[in-house]
Amino acid sequence: MASRNATTAAKLSLIGVGMFAFAFALVPLYDLLCEVTGLGGRTGDAYVYEAATTKVDDSRLIKVNFLTGTNEGMPWRFWAQSTSVRVHPGELTEVKFFVRNPTDRVMVAQAIPSVAPGSAAEYFHKTECFCFERQVLKPGEELEMPMRFLLAPELPGYVQTVSLSYSLFDITELAAAGSIRPDA
Amino acid sequence: MSAVLEAHHDDHHHGPAKGITRWLFTTNHKDIGTLYLWFSFTVFLIGGMMALVIRAELFQPGLQFVQPEFFNQMTTNHGLIMVFGAIMPAMVGLANWLVPMMIGAPDMALPRLNNLSFWILPFAAMILVSTLFMEGGGPNFGWTFYAPLSTTFAPPSTTYFIFAIHLLGASSIMGSINIIATILNMRAPGMTLMKMPLFVWTWLITAYLLLAVMPVLAGAVTMMLFDIHFHTAFFNAAGGGDPVMFQHIFWFFGHPEVYIMILPAFGVVSQIIPTFSRKPLFGYDSMVYAVASIAFLSFIVWAHHMFTVGMPLAGQLFFMYTTMLIAIPTGVKVFNWISTMWRGSMTFETPMLFSIAFVILFTIGGFSGLMLAITPADFQYHDTYFVVAHFHYVLVPGALFGIIAAVYYWLPKWCGRMYDENLGKLHFWLSFIGVNVTFFPQHFSGLAGMPRRIPDYSLQFADFNMLSSVGAFIFGFSQILFLFIVIKAIKGGQPATDRVWDGAHGLEWTVPSPAPYHTFTHPPKVTDAEAHS
Amino acid sequence: MARKRCGHVPRTLVTFHGDAVAPQTSTVAPYGFDTADCEAKENVNGKFLTRVIGGAALTTAGLASVADELNMPVGVTQISASVYDLHMLILYICCVIGVVVFGAMGYSMYAHRKSVGAKAAQFHENTRLEIVWTIVPSIILIAMAVPATRVLVDMYDTGDEDMTVEVRGYQWKWQYKYLDDNLGSTLSFFSALATPQDEIHNRSVKGEHYLLEVDNPLVVPLGKKVKLLVTANDVLHAWWVPDFGIKRDAIPGIVNDIWFIADKAGIYRGQCTELCGKDHGFMPIVVRVLPQDEYDAWYSAQSTAFAEREAMASQTFAADELMAMGEQVYNKTCATCHQANGQGIPPVFPAIAGSAIATGPRDAHISIVYAGKPGTAMQAFGTQLNAAELAAVIHYQRHAFGNSTDDVTQPVDILNWSAAQ
Repeated sequence: MASRNATTAAKLSLIGVGMFAFAFALVPLYDLLCEVTGLGGRTGDAYVYEAATTKVDDSRLIKVNFLTGTNEGMPWRFWAQSTSVRVHPGELTEVKFFVRNPTDRVMVAQAIPSVAPGSAAEYFHKTECFCFERQVLKPGEELEMPMRFLLAPELPGYVQTVSLSYSLFDITELAAAGSIRPDA
Repeated sequence: MSAVLEAHHDDHHHGPAKGITRWLFTTNHKDIGTLYLWFSFTVFLIGGMMALVIRAELFQPGLQFVQPEFFNQMTTNHGLIMVFGAIMPAMVGLANWLVPMMIGAPDMALPRLNNLSFWILPFAAMILVSTLFMEGGGPNFGWTFYAPLSTTFAPPSTTYFIFAIHLLGASSIMGSINIIATILNMRAPGMTLMKMPLFVWTWLITAYLLLAVMPVLAGAVTMMLFDIHFHTAFFNAAGGGDPVMFQHIFWFFGHPEVYIMILPAFGVVSQIIPTFSRKPLFGYDSMVYAVASIAFLSFIVWAHHMFTVGMPLAGQLFFMYTTMLIAIPTGVKVFNWISTMWRGSMTFETPMLFSIAFVILFTIGGFSGLMLAITPADFQYHDTYFVVAHFHYVLVPGALFGIIAAVYYWLPKWCGRMYDENLGKLHFWLSFIGVNVTFFPQHFSGLAGMPRRIPDYSLQFADFNMLSSVGAFIFGFSQILFLFIVIKAIKGGQPATDRVWDGAHGLEWTVPSPAPYHTFTHPPKVTDAEAHS
Repeated sequence: MARKRCGHVPRTLVTFHGDAVAPQTSTVAPYGFDTADCEAKENVNGKFLTRVIGGAALTTAGLASVADELNMPVGVTQISASVYDLHMLILYICCVIGVVVFGAMGYSMYAHRKSVGAKAAQFHENTRLEIVWTIVPSIILIAMAVPATRVLVDMYDTGDEDMTVEVRGYQWKWQYKYLDDNLGSTLSFFSALATPQDEIHNRSVKGEHYLLEVDNPLVVPLGKKVKLLVTANDVLHAWWVPDFGIKRDAIPGIVNDIWFIADKAGIYRGQCTELCGKDHGFMPIVVRVLPQDEYDAWYSAQSTAFAEREAMASQTFAADELMAMGEQVYNKTCATCHQANGQGIPPVFPAIAGSAIATGPRDAHISIVYAGKPGTAMQAFGTQLNAAELAAVIHYQRHAFGNSTDDVTQPVDILNWSAAQ
């Protein structure tokens, strides 16, 4: 009986260990889910634009809003060239963003993009974006950052406005610790 | 080796060891059950005092007694302590006392692990409560500890909070392994799975739930620990993490967790109602299947706690539909309890009163749960006092009344003496009135727009909050009466008969009252009268 | 406005509805309930219903007569009205089920008592019955799911908006940014609790809109589709106005869109509904819905005022002007943590009075106010306040609470400091 109980306990412990591992497996699974479904308004990595194969949909004009925000404790100035543009799906458009570091120290920043409505995120393609890399600015330095994007012509008809938000985070400490998640 | 065996052998024939060492080193399931129950009652009083601090502050608009930062520590610790320190250990205590006796086993399968599972708890609880006295205060981010309030913005004591959660989780996991092993391996010959009392069934399913989700909680707090101390970014958007992911992981644990707290209470009530109706439980098989389906569904409804985070439409619909499905097995259970009472021969002793109140008030909590499942309406209910009313209805007159009913029902078997029936009824009525006066008005303040977790409120909510506070003090102080009744019974109650209740069936009623220190050292014969058939 | 004695609780329950400001509804009593026809009808139903619930719980029958004033508001948008209908439908269904179930139970407890000689039957299953009570609830659930799905789909129709406002949650205030197509004229302001600390700490009588009043409400035009882009600056918050029937979490790094069309002018109040730290209970939301022409007038006045405030950056102020302006800014922006008397709440929120920073070199002081202190609740106010406000509040902190430095801080000092970096 005792050995049978020990065997049962050992098997059950394995379930426990497995579920602990599962909690960590949820992290990549969740990322995958977000990228596939646009959950949380996440946009994908750099997109390769092929002018020849991309058809511009002249029949509709989509309004794209740009939101610029600095997260808690982030003193940088961060603004976009314009708060919105109107584009045809399939059309490659460039918008300039600007940052300035008004402090007396070198700082590292990371811009986090998010798209609303979330269902439009998978159609929002960026060929060039400052959010693909971190920004390092010296005291008082200002930087112009172009962002090129297109909306996929497959964008569902009910989407008439897309809002792209960038939140600028101070990652000076995280960067110093060298432990940013590699997919960031 | 032989010395050890001999000592063990001695242990079987003599009673318990004397003094404190009996309790420190005990491996006896009855001793450990007693420890769990006293521990959880102590913690219940501490958590209850926190609730009274909250209700005292909310008695009137304006800040009277505590400052907002301390108020947040009270709501957080009240929730954590009641969930992990009061309700869950009390349920494990009942399982320790009852599962071996109900299935005809001499003890739990893993007695030494049992001792360890219990003795971790007081330390974990002490760590958790001690955070309140640390610099910067205790956890103040709600019992759901959403990131980033609980990571980037957390007080320094959060590390101790995480450690306490790990210990509490480890205790629960060990406890559930023990319970599963006991039920699977230690049943007396003839006690097949479908003959087990429903309390054993509900605990078997609960234990599997615990085993599946407590490690996920451990994972979540480990990620928090890493984010706080090792600059990882699981939940920090700056580093590529996502604060919403925390909620998904938390509620993957959290929703099964609420069933962990209620399923054993279902089991208790399913034992008590047949006894006092003098009639077999109606629909035993469907009861078992209903509990199993509730447990299964609990894994695919978690995001109904997060309808307002902005999920895609398809996600909202999926979680709304799955959540609504839970109403079906839950309804089956309620209908079965009522059919058990139907054409019975009922008497209304204290355990029966608490069980009937359980059925009624849990059903009211179920109704508000169904309302909360409706996503568009949930946008109005979410994070208001309507939700507070809902989950207190399922946890206080739900889980807690189940525990209290169990104590009244089995106390004569445990200590061999009857409690005072008149005082028991008084305790019931005070609790019943107190709980409704406390929580029923909260439905209305929530519908009218009062958010939860606020230390002060606008004037239109004043009347109902005052009423709620009065009810809370009635309910709180009537639990002191409960303590008195239990001590009075242990010290000088009328001797109990072996059967105790004339409608009681089950192996635990075949042993003398009080139950001897060792029961069923030789497997009993399972007769039809004592098992479900 | 009716004022109440300190700590006194009004007997009349105030509804959470907007108090109409449009002249045609000026007959509404101060605590009155808007008595539109449809609402009056609903009240009758609501009263009956709440009596049923009250009776079921045995304890709250006395409350039932006032409960309809504390039901979910019908609100002023089509969405909030459909949500209300959905809520009432499900409540009615639950009540009917409750009456049947508890009725059967009550009858059984009455008729099948041992004390009246009931003999126990021994049946313990009935397959047909069990199938029935599995199928019937399923049908009821489908009947609930259909209208719920329809309302939810309507809510997700975020297109065709007339205007867009960015809503950003901060500890513990809201920021509204009007995203206007006219480039360069973006209007942005903070909206924080306006209730004085004295009312909260029971040192003075509580006003009618205690804790539900802000300095700068969100203003929107009547009958227009307003899209809100909701996000947060630090921790989670949630934006909720019950009368609009919308609630959405504000999450740092993520933007969510919601919308509403208010069909009635008035002032509508709500609160933050996601625990966001110490002052979670003190960050209300107030929305004024104005007819289009009044809205346009408001908008242009605000834009002008906004430009004037920005222009103040080039002015020079007298020391007492700076103190007066600084005190205002301090009480609005700093006092929740550092306290109105500058004593703070150590160790989390340090004192300003006698602090090394407020009495030491000025550049360090400007630096911490402007850039914040990472990892603490000290935000980077350089992104929230303009140069004149920063100068005034720094000047105030260096001369109030017994601090007495000999410098005068002007807007130009802030600009110089910033440019020197």
